[in-house]
Amino acid sequence: MSAAVQEHDLETVREQAAQRARQLGWPTPEMEAWRYTNVAPIERVEWATGVDRRVPLGGSPFAVASFRGRAFAELVFVNGRLADATGGASGVDIIPIAEAASHPAFERHYARYADYQRHFFTALNTAHAQDGALIAVADGARPEGFVHLLFIGQGDGVWSHPRNLIVAGRNAEINVVETYVGQGNYFTNSVTEIVAGDGAAVDYSRIERESTEAFHVGTVQIHQERSATVAAHTIAIGGALVRSEVKAALAGEGASLTLDGLFLLRDRQHIDNHTVIDHVKPHCDSLELYKGILDGKSRGIFDGLIIVRPDAQKTNSRQVNRNLLLSESAIVDSKPTLEIHNDDVKCNHGSTIGQLDAEAMFYLRARGIGEEEARKLLVYAFASEIVERMKIEPVKEILRAAIAPAGGIR
Amino acid sequence: MLDVKNLHAGIDGKEILHGLNLHIGTGEVHAIMGPNGSGKSTLANVLAGRPRYEVTAGSVTYEGKDLLAMTPEDRARAGVFLAMQYPVEIPGVNNTYFLKAALNAVRKHRGEEELDAMEFLELARQKMKLVDLDESFMNRGVNEGFSGGEKKRNEIFQMAVLDPKLAILDETDSGLDIDALRVVAGGVNNLRSEKHSVLVITHYQRLLKYLVPDYVHVLADGRIVKSGRKELAEELEQKGYEWIEQEVASAR
Repeated sequence: MSAAVQEHDLETVREQAAQRARQLGWPTPEMEAWRYTNVAPIERVEWATGVDRRVPLGGSPFAVASFRGRAFAELVFVNGRLADATGGASGVDIIPIAEAASHPAFERHYARYADYQRHFFTALNTAHAQDGALIAVADGARPEGFVHLLFIGQGDGVWSHPRNLIVAGRNAEINVVETYVGQGNYFTNSVTEIVAGDGAAVDYSRIERESTEAFHVGTVQIHQERSATVAAHTIAIGGALVRSEVKAALAGEGASLTLDGLFLLRDRQHIDNHTVIDHVKPHCDSLELYKGILDGKSRGIFDGLIIVRPDAQKTNSRQVNRNLLLSESAIVDSKPTLEIHNDDVKCNHGSTIGQLDAEAMFYLRARGIGEEEARKLLVYAFASEIVERMKIEPVKEILRAAIAPAGGIR
Repeated sequence: MLDVKNLHAGIDGKEILHGLNLHIGTGEVHAIMGPNGSGKSTLANVLAGRPRYEVTAGSVTYEGKDLLAMTPEDRARAGVFLAMQYPVEIPGVNNTYFLKAALNAVRKHRGEEELDAMEFLELARQKMKLVDLDESFMNRGVNEGFSGGEKKRNEIFQMAVLDPKLAILDETDSGLDIDALRVVAGGVNNLRSEKHSVLVITHYQRLLKYLVPDYVHVLADGRIVKSGRKELAEELEQKGYEWIEQEVASAR
């Protein structure tokens, strides 16, 4: 037992992770998983930790990103440190993770899924994490509404390492929304671990709207037990250089996962999406849909891997990546991959890269809608599929506005 | 209203219309009939400004203006409406939003006030009854999941809402059962007035039983080879297109 206790000790984990980060070193484009994304611009900066300031959100330019009053609980972090916390619900512990080390859910799950032994940015986060949220939902608890975690990056040369742990107990239900916004040339390196217990349902949305000068690396690691249902929606709109990793292990029979993603890029934005869905146990379903819209000289990558383990019979898996190129200078690389180790499965995948549908464009224009408006409408239509599959209405409203033609759409 | 003179046009470098002449006066209903490949749809698409269609010679004047110089949206705003042969499905673009945006673009062009959501819905409800479309269609994506007949009725519904001066129906009757055919004809007849002109393009005569034209033209090999009154349509139905083709061949 003493070894296990040691492993759970936060300081030990931090030290191990720091050591691993040094050993692994920054990824380079020579590595297969990083061949399209050069993180040298992040490595070059002498990053500093932001000063601790508990500022009220009111009056800040990020107040619009708040769901205060609409979420049943909201935690706001500025440069990785807690700035504000409101709300709560029975059956749910929502605790700043810096104060959660003695919580049973923390002891049992923290840093158990996001692999700091193998992944540099996860190791970096685990070594440097200042704060974030622990959301622990008791068995059978099903609070209505959603928890909002708002991360604000502020100031040039500042990095933060938000760290979240969402644990849904047996047959529990929880909806969580994370939003990332900011101002300046900062770097956010976040890790969120999601553990869905037997029969639990987790709906998780991640809205990345960082400053257009910011760097962002986001890692989401999902672990599903028997018959657990998880829907993860990853929306990426902001940031100069963004890496988004979502990995899920279907580790219990009958688990079901929906993994949706939407990225909207313009100018010289760069986003590298990596997803891994690991079918470990039989009778699990996964449905993945990632959509990209690229304008200007932006660059997008979709690299999605689905692994079906030898034991995972009756796996049902579908992976689709669709990309819309709005300019001749935008580039997208799509690499959907299936790795199947048994033959009793139903799996398919596909990807498309295309321009706006000329027939649809003509149809709209032939009814009197101007070319620019028609273009915006079709982009909206393409993106809205992902938005409409989301569950949290206030979040959908914000996203509709973000992708809609001027003047609104409804 | 519309004057087509010596129109030569085609697609992908292939000329399909070889000098077509057509005059449509205000308030008139014209039908163009012709066999497959005669250039019927090319004419409709050229008039609406569909990309990829090229005009190599001739002119089209609409209300005194050079129609061919106008963008598709400007043609629509000026009152030209094409009911398409194959209406495209646009999932994610809400029917209500789409049609309201279209109507307001047209109204703005006419110098009329834009309709708000309530005013628009009232108008839409009224026009939907005309074509027997269920109101639930308004909340779906444009043509999304519509049957062939529903798509055609949706075209006529849009026409009724937009109230064009010149409506062009490109084989709107194809694939319709008799009930849908009546509905479509009813929608067009409702639009008929001394201010509205209609060009019906069709392969078959059956639509013209319900939608009686003032003039009938026969299109063959990219030219209008015969024109007459509504009786010409019946003659065509009885004798078939071979009759015309023979007549044209012997005249050469």
